[in-house]
Amino acid sequence: MAKHNSSFPTGHVAGFIVSILLTFATVGAVRYTDLPFVTVMWIIGSLAVIQALLQLFMFMHLTEGEGKMQMINIIYAFFCAIVVAAGTIWVMTSGHVHY
Amino acid sequence: MDIKWSEILVKGDPLILGSQIGIALTMIGALVLITYLKKWRYLWDEWITTVDHKRIGIMYIIVAVLMFFRGGIDGLMMKTQTAAPDMKFLDAQHYDEVFTTHGVIMILFMAMPALIGLMNVIIPLQIGARDVAFPQLNALSFWLTFAGAMLFNISFVVGGSPDAGWTSYFPLAGKEFTPGVGNNYYAIALQIAGAGTLMTGINFVVTILKMRTKGMTLMKMPMFTWTALLTNVLIIFAFPILTVALALMTFDRMFGTHFFTVSGGGNAMLWNNLFWLWGHPEVYIVVLPAFGMFSEIISTFARKTLYGYKSMIISIVGIAILSFVVWVHHFYTMGSGPVVNSVFSITTMLIAVPTGVKIFNWLFTMRKGRIQFTTAMLWSLAFIPTFTIGGVTGVMLAMAAADYQYHNTLFLVAHFHYVLIPGVVYAVFAGFYYWWPKMFGHALNERLGKWNFWLFNIGFNLTFMPMFFLGLKGAVRRSYTFSAESGFGPLFALSAVGSLILAAGFAVLVYNIYWSARYADRNISTDPWDARTLEWHTASPVQFYNFAQLPEVKTLDAFWHMKKKDKDALVLKEDELEEIHMPSNSGLPFIMCVIFGAAGFFMVFEWIPLAAIAAAFIFVGLLVRSFDYDEGYHVKVDDVKKIERAWRGEK
Amino acid sequence: MAKVDTSLPLEYQTEQNRLNIFGFWIFLGAEIVLFASLFAAHGSLYNAFADGPTPKDLFILKDVMIETLLLLTSSFTCGIAIWYMRRNNLKGLLTWLIITLLLGAGFVFFEVTEFIHYVHEGATMQTSAYFSSFFVLLGTHGLHVSIGIGWAIAVIIQLVKRGLTPTTARKTFIISLYWHFLDVVWIFIFTFVYLARMV
Repeated sequence: MAKHNSSFPTGHVAGFIVSILLTFATVGAVRYTDLPFVTVMWIIGSLAVIQALLQLFMFMHLTEGEGKMQMINIIYAFFCAIVVAAGTIWVMTSGHVHY
Repeated sequence: MDIKWSEILVKGDPLILGSQIGIALTMIGALVLITYLKKWRYLWDEWITTVDHKRIGIMYIIVAVLMFFRGGIDGLMMKTQTAAPDMKFLDAQHYDEVFTTHGVIMILFMAMPALIGLMNVIIPLQIGARDVAFPQLNALSFWLTFAGAMLFNISFVVGGSPDAGWTSYFPLAGKEFTPGVGNNYYAIALQIAGAGTLMTGINFVVTILKMRTKGMTLMKMPMFTWTALLTNVLIIFAFPILTVALALMTFDRMFGTHFFTVSGGGNAMLWNNLFWLWGHPEVYIVVLPAFGMFSEIISTFARKTLYGYKSMIISIVGIAILSFVVWVHHFYTMGSGPVVNSVFSITTMLIAVPTGVKIFNWLFTMRKGRIQFTTAMLWSLAFIPTFTIGGVTGVMLAMAAADYQYHNTLFLVAHFHYVLIPGVVYAVFAGFYYWWPKMFGHALNERLGKWNFWLFNIGFNLTFMPMFFLGLKGAVRRSYTFSAESGFGPLFALSAVGSLILAAGFAVLVYNIYWSARYADRNISTDPWDARTLEWHTASPVQFYNFAQLPEVKTLDAFWHMKKKDKDALVLKEDELEEIHMPSNSGLPFIMCVIFGAAGFFMVFEWIPLAAIAAAFIFVGLLVRSFDYDEGYHVKVDDVKKIERAWRGEK
Repeated sequence: MAKVDTSLPLEYQTEQNRLNIFGFWIFLGAEIVLFASLFAAHGSLYNAFADGPTPKDLFILKDVMIETLLLLTSSFTCGIAIWYMRRNNLKGLLTWLIITLLLGAGFVFFEVTEFIHYVHEGATMQTSAYFSSFFVLLGTHGLHVSIGIGWAIAVIIQLVKRGLTPTTARKTFIISLYWHFLDVVWIFIFTFVYLARMV
């Protein structure tokens, strides 16, 4: 983690550039490949998670301040988010429910 | 949708007319009385604008007791209606409104405020802090809860109550099947109160993690503080789900969207799913602080350190995590199929295990202790077997295949009352008897307390035990009557008699509160139970700054250790006193309550332009807060010395 | 409050500041679950088109990319603003903060025109369950951005009035966390709401 008072915002610029690259990679995977739908979804989903983590660390200084507790908080939030989103979709598309 | 002016006041029912007149008279009477006693200034300065966690906690508790009364009347009305076959006391529409308001009020406006109130009063004291992390936000939390409660409560006289159950399932809760404003009250009032609760969650997590006094590591925190921590973590991650669910309900009812309405491709089950994703953590939100309180009380009155501290913590962390992965057990029968149902059966059965661990720990705490049968302890003792009945019937319900038989029968209703009442209500009552001296400087009368306990406990069991058997015989929930041929009559009648005894028990509590306020001895110790935790190392009622010097903690049960092994730590070192920094009072939280209340009311009646204007004022309020640079004030050392000498002199 | 630690960046120096920043991270945890619930609703209504328009008919990649790049760049410029704040450079902070807000306003402008386009094509939030969830999810995000712009303006006024103090630094840091967070949410909207439909 860069010092909080570096002479050039290398962390931010690097984060920005990689985010743009990841964004274009996502578009590329969707528009310019012939992979099956599920595969593409796993790829772009992973790219999204990587970009989110990148921005959490590089832009938002997640590790500063109460770093450890902030990280536990974000991890638990993501756990709940996955349970809520994936859980809902699973429950709603199983059995007789799904029409 | 146009709501006509002439339809706003509910008409045509003598009971409701009586209530409307009663409410109007009470409100006018209250305003007149306060003016006559010249108490407006006092009320404004000391209570309405307070940011003191102890005062805020007491206001929450007052709301909870009043709401217990209202919710209890709802319960009694249901029991009256079902006391005999084909009773004509309440028609189906009114019965539906009564069980809906009963459920919402008991869970969201009685249990939550009571527990949040007790947490507010006690937690900062238990961790040796002077207030919570964000005192003004804390006040806002209370006032938003109050706004939500008031909005919900006027529904039965202004516009009509919600009537689709406390779970408000679609399609019944939608505009097509329930036009009118009743279910709008549900969507809006709960949304406002929920916002307040979410803020409480954030406040207490930061407080507990960051404001513990010197030496109090996580593993030296009292058990009530641990459960409060996990409870507030659950609040933070569960309440946003309710926020979204209620917002989607609002959109469907008022703006023509199709989230849950079948026309347009919506799915009613999506509501169930989102509601219970919140709803299941919610029941753990109410039960965890209760478990924490029992831990404190059992340990104090068995005169032993709590058994199995580490396993208690692992259990509550386990409960907190697991509570997010069991929600489908509330709707096994809706058709997600065997795979989903089996997975959730397993997780649901799993979550019973940590609670079982806790029960054994409480029993081991009592083993070889010297038990004092105070009222608080009686509630705790009764909790253990009665809650266990609720718990094991829960495991029965957890099995999805079996649940197809029990679901939505009175068996289910008996189960959840057997976990909620012994689990939460007994704990709240125990907490009242235990901490009343600390909050008010006098204790609740023990003799009246025992009457309260026995009547309530016997009444409770007599009311709800028959309902297990009624459910197994086929009696369904939310049904306003039953036929004589069904054979349900005798058990329903027994249950109704039980409810009268239960009500008598509650009446004794209310009488106890009144009697003790008038007659109880004020000259009591600041540590009447010879307790173990830091909140008892203060005056009774607690001095406004809590601690003249922040205590230094060396062990678990810090206060006990100081009394028995480190008496020097109890002495005030006057020459080391410093000025104490305190936050200023603020009228903004109360003003926001009025704004939210008005905006909510306009939304309920779908007067959107008015609601938008009122909502704009919310943002004005936020801006006022942003530009507020008030840094609080300082309490002079001499004033601190005076207060400290006064209460310590009594020792 | 006491306990000033001058070895830390200005916004972390006082105890109350550390509490506020930590509290805001916790609030962001709650917001993550809020958006997850909206995604959950959207995901479960993924094909509820009710014989109305479908996203495949309506989504235009170019417009979505413009919005994405506007918001992403604004998150970057917001980071630069904080970098200037840590070098005690009020002018740099204000300049880059205003650039951030202009980019944010641009995002909102493009999003509103996108919605108007859909409405003209017969897709409103009343058209189908899919579009109900689309507009509410995107609208919630857009509303958060709009409120953020107003909030940031309030902070800018306080910075101009009071200069860079521990309190104004904390307020600035917190609005920056909020702003970055909204871009993190957008990553998931971009991926799962828009791109998933363009495979």
